[in-house]
Amino acid sequence: MTADASRGAQAPPELVQLLTPEGERVEHPDYAIDLTPEEIRGLYRDLVLVRRIDLEAVALQRQGELGLWASLLGQEAAQIGSGRALTDADMAFPTYREHGVAWCRGVDPVNLLGLFRGVNHGGWDPAEHNFHLYTIVIGSQTLHAVGYAMGMQRDGAVGEDGAASIVYFGDGATSQGDVNEAFIWASVFNAPVVFFCQNNQWAISEPLEKQTRIPLYRRASGFGFPGVRVDGNDVLACLAVTRKALADARSGQGPVLIEAYTYRMGAHTTSDDPTRYRVADELEAWKLKDPIERVKAYLVRNRLADQAFFEGVDAEADALGKDVRRRCLEMPDPGPMEMFEHVYAESHGLVEAERAEFSAYLAGFETEGVEG
Amino acid sequence: MTTLTMAKALNEGMRKAMEDDPKVLVMGEDVGKLGGVFRVTDGLQKDFGEQRVIDTPLAESGIIGTAIGLALRGYRPVCEIQFDGFVFPAADQIITQLAKMPMRSLGKLRLPVVVRIPCGGGIGAVEHHSESPEAYFTHTAGLRVVTCSNPADAYAMIQQAIRCDDPVVFFEPKRRYWDKAEVDTSGSADWLPLDRARVVRSGADATLLAYGPMVKTCLEVAAAAQEDGRSLEVVDLRSLNPLDLPAVVESVRRTGRCVVVHEAPVFSGYGAELAARVTEECFYHLEAPVLRVGGPSTPYPPSRLEDHYLPDLDRVLDAVDRAFAF
Repeated sequence: MTADASRGAQAPPELVQLLTPEGERVEHPDYAIDLTPEEIRGLYRDLVLVRRIDLEAVALQRQGELGLWASLLGQEAAQIGSGRALTDADMAFPTYREHGVAWCRGVDPVNLLGLFRGVNHGGWDPAEHNFHLYTIVIGSQTLHAVGYAMGMQRDGAVGEDGAASIVYFGDGATSQGDVNEAFIWASVFNAPVVFFCQNNQWAISEPLEKQTRIPLYRRASGFGFPGVRVDGNDVLACLAVTRKALADARSGQGPVLIEAYTYRMGAHTTSDDPTRYRVADELEAWKLKDPIERVKAYLVRNRLADQAFFEGVDAEADALGKDVRRRCLEMPDPGPMEMFEHVYAESHGLVEAERAEFSAYLAGFETEGVEG
Repeated sequence: MTTLTMAKALNEGMRKAMEDDPKVLVMGEDVGKLGGVFRVTDGLQKDFGEQRVIDTPLAESGIIGTAIGLALRGYRPVCEIQFDGFVFPAADQIITQLAKMPMRSLGKLRLPVVVRIPCGGGIGAVEHHSESPEAYFTHTAGLRVVTCSNPADAYAMIQQAIRCDDPVVFFEPKRRYWDKAEVDTSGSADWLPLDRARVVRSGADATLLAYGPMVKTCLEVAAAAQEDGRSLEVVDLRSLNPLDLPAVVESVRRTGRCVVVHEAPVFSGYGAELAARVTEECFYHLEAPVLRVGGPSTPYPPSRLEDHYLPDLDRVLDAVDRAFAF
């Protein structure tokens, strides 16, 4: 059974776009942006570098060095555009795919690999980067972001020079209860939070139609706050739209839902096989909307960057990839006793007793080894 | 010393914690103007304002999820789940996030969140209002699980839970909310640490292990057994995770018999853990197998049947008899 499409019919969705797939700059009445050539080159560099990190991580997984990897391929513009809209005081709550946002927050890419290599569950200090740990259970982090934003309100951090939180999630997550509860909380408490939904069209194998029959950004109106759909492959539009949403949230105007309309060019994770559920034509169509190529075309067409610049970025990307690989392989395995660490902040009799027992058990092998 | 009901003792404890630390927040359904359905938060919003005593939308996962976010921002939220049977929508946030995030962060994040849950039966309530879900939470590493049995402990333990840097699930035996007792509100010098059990009645012939609502029942059992010439010791566990195993072992080795009592179903209940631990640690001291008294393996019945479901004086005495007859 499928839903009667006419029952959800409304005006066709609008898409905020500032840079066409062909690299043509277009204006939008609500989202003006004025960037210097250097800033645009900086965005290009970000896009290329995070794609390179991602590529290296996929390769590391294929070679058995990572247990899993969730590729951001195709979603670079959504992540760099929104990530570069953040100030230091803002707080970001990612899923497990926000490698581009992590890059913008200054998280060492190698630290992203720890959880996928199985040496930890999260290897950076969230407070140092104002970038929370990756959240694997779908949608949970939306509530954390709203609670954090409620804390910002209570700290008086909303208003002039205010701060906001931003939370990332996907199209699949919009079906989760937690995400809907987060919308309600943000709305009734007018929390300074930006909901950044990367609609990459697929929740593993389930297409968008399994999650919704209206455009996702329109969900916001039912919760009582604005929603906007942006071309998620347009880094300029993502930057402009997120900047405005954050500014509104920081100044006390409450939450905004941004739907970044994009496409997951790779598999859900390295364990997935998208050829089982989607057609190659779809992928080919989205390749024409590549987030990096359009920036390159814009820079070339307007003579804002020369060949040396592009070669320089490529060389930097290769060096970064090699560096990430080398340091990934050097990442030490944790010692067996480390699993007892950090479970509790304060003394916990059971964990301490089990730690002592396990330590003695391991020591028994060492003794046998010496005797043997 | 002041005479307080357990509900009022909890209220006074939270009030003191909020006075002591401006980062302490109270949040939940109906906790503001109404003061909670059991009035445990009565008057707090009036005195501390809506920013610190937050009436939340009606969604339990939202309560815990946003409390985690507030804790990440440096607050110490005290969440009220209205009834035991309503905690399950929040189970994902409690088990998946609250319990695990500190370790996930390699200790960089701390989540000093208290989840208060009125628990247990005996008040003639409708379905979902009389459950004892403690074992679901004691099974989850990363959480502390405690329960008070009397007003004095309630006053101290709620403040200790709020001060604790770990997440604490705090079970409040709702049928004891209106029990009165003397409470010393003058200071914390005499407080037992939060993770310690207390011998609430000394005895020589058998140990009754209980917590929450069953402590009072077991004290009545011990008084009745005294008339039969049996000296029963009653241990109020107070903390279920961690368990104060040394206190339990010390008592059972001395008495040689152990009966575990809780309202929750016996099968896979918290008593199973107690029985196993006691057997491991006290094997050569035991005169009889560890016996368990609790609910049958049925959902909590309609309230007209709850007197049959809940362990009472006679059922515990029957178990004591069996322990002595072995």
